[in-house]
Amino acid sequence: MAIIDQGHAARQLIYEKVFRSATLCAAILVLLILGGVGASLVHGAWPALHRFGTGFVTREIWNPVTQQFGALGPMYGTIVTSLIAMLLAVPTGFGIALFLTELCPPWLKRPIGIAIELLAAVPSIIFGIWGLFVLAPILQSQTQPWLIAHVGAVPVIGSLFRGPPFGIGILTAGVVLAIMVLPFIAATMRDVFDTVPAMLKESGYGLGATTWEVIWHIVVPHSRVGMVGGVMLGLGRALGETMAVTFVIGNAHRISASLLAPGSTIASAIANEFTEADGDLYTSSLIALGLLLFLITFTVIALAQAMLRRLERQSGGRL
Amino acid sequence: MRRFRNGAFLALAVLATTIGLACLAAILWTLVSHGFAGLSSQVFTQMTPPPGSRGGLLNAIYGSVVMTLLGILIGSPIGLLAGTYLAEYGRRSPLSTTIRFINDVLLSAPSIIIGLFVYQIVVVRVGHFSALAGAIALAVIAIPVTLRTTEDMLNLVPAGMKDASAALGAYPWRTLISVIYPAARSGIVTGLLLAIARISGETAPLLFTALNNQFWSTDLNAPMANLPVVIFQFALSPYTNWQDLAWAGALIITTTILLLSILARFLLAMLQAQRGGGR
Repeated sequence: MAIIDQGHAARQLIYEKVFRSATLCAAILVLLILGGVGASLVHGAWPALHRFGTGFVTREIWNPVTQQFGALGPMYGTIVTSLIAMLLAVPTGFGIALFLTELCPPWLKRPIGIAIELLAAVPSIIFGIWGLFVLAPILQSQTQPWLIAHVGAVPVIGSLFRGPPFGIGILTAGVVLAIMVLPFIAATMRDVFDTVPAMLKESGYGLGATTWEVIWHIVVPHSRVGMVGGVMLGLGRALGETMAVTFVIGNAHRISASLLAPGSTIASAIANEFTEADGDLYTSSLIALGLLLFLITFTVIALAQAMLRRLERQSGGRL
Repeated sequence: MRRFRNGAFLALAVLATTIGLACLAAILWTLVSHGFAGLSSQVFTQMTPPPGSRGGLLNAIYGSVVMTLLGILIGSPIGLLAGTYLAEYGRRSPLSTTIRFINDVLLSAPSIIIGLFVYQIVVVRVGHFSALAGAIALAVIAIPVTLRTTEDMLNLVPAGMKDASAALGAYPWRTLISVIYPAARSGIVTGLLLAIARISGETAPLLFTALNNQFWSTDLNAPMANLPVVIFQFALSPYTNWQDLAWAGALIITTTILLLSILARFLLAMLQAQRGGGR
């Protein structure tokens, strides 16, 4: 069959065009989804934003009965719980990454690495239920009384640790979030540390530096951008986490001076109230909260991705 | 002094790792001890009960399976095709760079936002909550996961195989279907498993799309029970029989997800071993 079948070739070309367009459409759909998320949130949030204007983000009031809504309380809760989570998880994640790349005997490296990654696969609702039934009682009976007794009397920061130990509240939510984002931070930092060229480290050791000095003066400066990227990726997760927080935060729309008091985050407020919200303005206000969360996390995640990408290009160019 | 500082910081690193592992162990231990206490054959054969009486999770398990599968059926073809575009057709175009970036953002976007999105475009339009809306929300979450792994796996296929196929006069689509997809099969399956693992534990996007249903329902156009939302409601209730069921459900979900993740990891390791042996 030396003769080329014209019909066959033409059909092949049509298939090619169809297949190519199908892949292109699917790729563009991904863009449309993100655009659609933004557009639908703006559309849904419009009545609330129109009614309250900038007051929506500056007022603390959240009263479904009088139809007055302000996002300050949940925004405060979102930021504070995420900060607590970062304060606890970043040093711990750094330690784990350090252990895995520099200290760990090779035969232990894989099992521990896998265990940390499995922790990342556990769904967030499990962290929530665990936080409510296991962690909160421990914090209530042990940690919080200690904090109130010992740190509560210290000036300035003492006011953060006053009031009755509820068990659930801002602090507990922060701790649960810390445990949740820990595997992400640890895994990203480990990958970033692995991109440091062995020759740089060996030079350090050759000059007589201790392990810690090599890490602090060679590994950390070299992987700074990637580390910040990893931390911000973790922060993006903490800010938007819903279920783990909803279980343990207590859902109170007010800003308390004490970290031991119940509060709310944007995500937990939406999860708790959305299906029960009666009235268009209430629903719209909750969607406006969602829009705020979308803007905050989008910024954080986009910055994190940009940083990690820069690192990828750098190490890709160098290696 | 230098040695002391070195020792101190290394000890802290070991401590940090111990804390991380202890958290995993504590969570698994609680799940197993509480979960087995609530687990019985009834869990798999009976419907979710009203407070105070006995029952199971059959409708919730069924709903979770249906919505997860439906979510994957809708989401993975889109992710697969888009990943193919990025890996084969549009490699270095500015469009692909943008899509990669957007995809990574979607990959870590809060899932409750996806729930709000689907509520706006499906539930509000249709006028009521439905299992289909839940499946669509899960599909939106599955797309970035499959896209990412598909692109990575297609990039692993040796260029020589593509060139050989092209030299025989095959169009790219023919090469993709007869050469590249089969070569990347186990990698793509890994991506699907990871996507299933990811969406089967998602709660937030289902809260106001699929809602919940106390009764047996196979109607995709009506609210449908599902494990994560049932766990959420039952765990926060004051009734001990509901709490026991919540723990049993939590154990079932976690076991499934961990098994899927381990299976995916195993497949990936096999893939790498194959590649290493071939060279």
